[in-house]
Amino acid sequence: MQAFRYTKSTTVDAAVQAHGTYVAGGTTLIDLMKLNVETPASLVDINPLPLAKVEAQPGGGLRIGAMVRNSDLANDEQVKKHYAVLSEALLSGASPQLRNMATTGGNLLQRTRCYYFRDTSYPCNKREPGSGCSATDGYNRIHAVLGGSEHCVAVMPSDMAVAMMALEATIHTSGSQGERKIPIREFYVLPGDTPQRENTLLPGELITHVTLAPLPANTRSYYLKLRDRAQYEFALASVAAVTTMKGRRIERVRVAMGGVGTQPWYAPEVEKALEGKEATPENFHRAAEAALAHARPLKDNGFKIELAKRAIVRALHVTTETA
Amino acid sequence: MNSRETRDTLIEGNAQPSPETTPSSTAGTESSPPLFGRFSRRSFIASLSAAGVVAGASSLAAVAVAEQEKPADASEDDSAVPGAVPVTLNINGRDHHVMLEPRVVLLHALRDHLGMPGTKIGCDHGQCGACTVHVNGRRVNSCLTLAIMHQGDRITTIEGLAQNGKLHPVQQAFLDHDGFQCGYCTAGQIMSAAALLHEPIGEDDDSVRAAMSGNICRCGAYNNIVDAVQQARKQV
Repeated sequence: MQAFRYTKSTTVDAAVQAHGTYVAGGTTLIDLMKLNVETPASLVDINPLPLAKVEAQPGGGLRIGAMVRNSDLANDEQVKKHYAVLSEALLSGASPQLRNMATTGGNLLQRTRCYYFRDTSYPCNKREPGSGCSATDGYNRIHAVLGGSEHCVAVMPSDMAVAMMALEATIHTSGSQGERKIPIREFYVLPGDTPQRENTLLPGELITHVTLAPLPANTRSYYLKLRDRAQYEFALASVAAVTTMKGRRIERVRVAMGGVGTQPWYAPEVEKALEGKEATPENFHRAAEAALAHARPLKDNGFKIELAKRAIVRALHVTTETA
Repeated sequence: MNSRETRDTLIEGNAQPSPETTPSSTAGTESSPPLFGRFSRRSFIASLSAAGVVAGASSLAAVAVAEQEKPADASEDDSAVPGAVPVTLNINGRDHHVMLEPRVVLLHALRDHLGMPGTKIGCDHGQCGACTVHVNGRRVNSCLTLAIMHQGDRITTIEGLAQNGKLHPVQQAFLDHDGFQCGYCTAGQIMSAAALLHEPIGEDDDSVRAAMSGNICRCGAYNNIVDAVQQARKQV
């Protein structure tokens, strides 16, 4: 690991003015620093920031501090009761030890597990812009079928972010130009020809908290994660579904996918195909086909397309079942 | 050495204290060379560690002197610290003062700077759980966190789990159920299981397997580990 300047900040303003790379749980950053993939000159420890609370909002909804650890958020009573998909997504991710360390803000910025990104002996446009992509013609079983470009097909691996995408979270930030609210659908960017840029954060901007709007009554949410082993593994395909029923009809549905896209993948095709329609297997299959219609398989990952479709159908069944 | 003695030395903290196996508490503390006939894996490692502390301390001292000649860094929090700096870590109920570069992770601080080799290096990337310790009562991977980030925290390692010479119920359960073969992952498994006792997980074996999934055992002692964890959960 390369040497760096270390500073600890106790307030958001001090952290922003420290002009360094923020370290919270460190589970992604320290790992990548050991691999020399990340080589920050200055590290700003934001662990003392007073952002570790989950608070109910007046009028419903939740405010989740950026420093809330994944395990605390997953086990929060309000989250388990009102946003089950978020709790399930968090508990499906990483290991208990890592969940005790990883934070809400950090997890939104989790870096890809693409093996070529993590290995400095290979070209990688995300790590070293312009050097080329080793995955497009390489071993690409874990890579993206949605959102990729000729420059990058790396998957954003967070489960939490997929749930937050289906919950239409708002990301709140603080930076030298003041505070901003960013809807999560506008937070991530496609790799295009600048895969080193993964989100719309400005340089030095700090995520302070995330807010979740209240969900309508009769809403069920669910996270389904499919992977090579039952625990402690990244998704090959995952689905977060948030569904509101009115009688036998689907009044409102939000679906996002993990493991298949270059970013937590929101699928607007599902709501277009299903809202106002009856909850039938035929309708679910039609929605799933639409959600993956633009998917493009690489040499080794074509199976993800069928896997994701089936995951969508299953998640829709679970969230529309009448008691 | 019979097999039970071998196992006992694998459960750190159960070894009989002797001059050469007592962990040095501060940088620069020398331990006496191991005696023939009492030479063990632990005493060998402890002597290597002590040598490393001495060699490391002298080079770090040079860095510290060089830093003093620079103008003081005007940081907002007055904690901008290039090079090695004094760090105080509370480990197993005692404060330890060491000179550490900020890039030293907690795992390596414990093993290489504080003479506590009970916490093991496995993958060094948060994938195997061999390095599991408790920070403020919660299990974490000590390989993925900087030591300097933990000043003021309460750190517990495998060396601090037994209390007053009595094994922690999880340590005893691992002995009772033969919860290991080679023993390399055992310290991490035990630290993980000891923290799990206070976590909200289901009562069945599958819940234990899920909750222990962050600890890999390449010998495949998983069934016995689950039995050991379940025994400890009933006792605590």
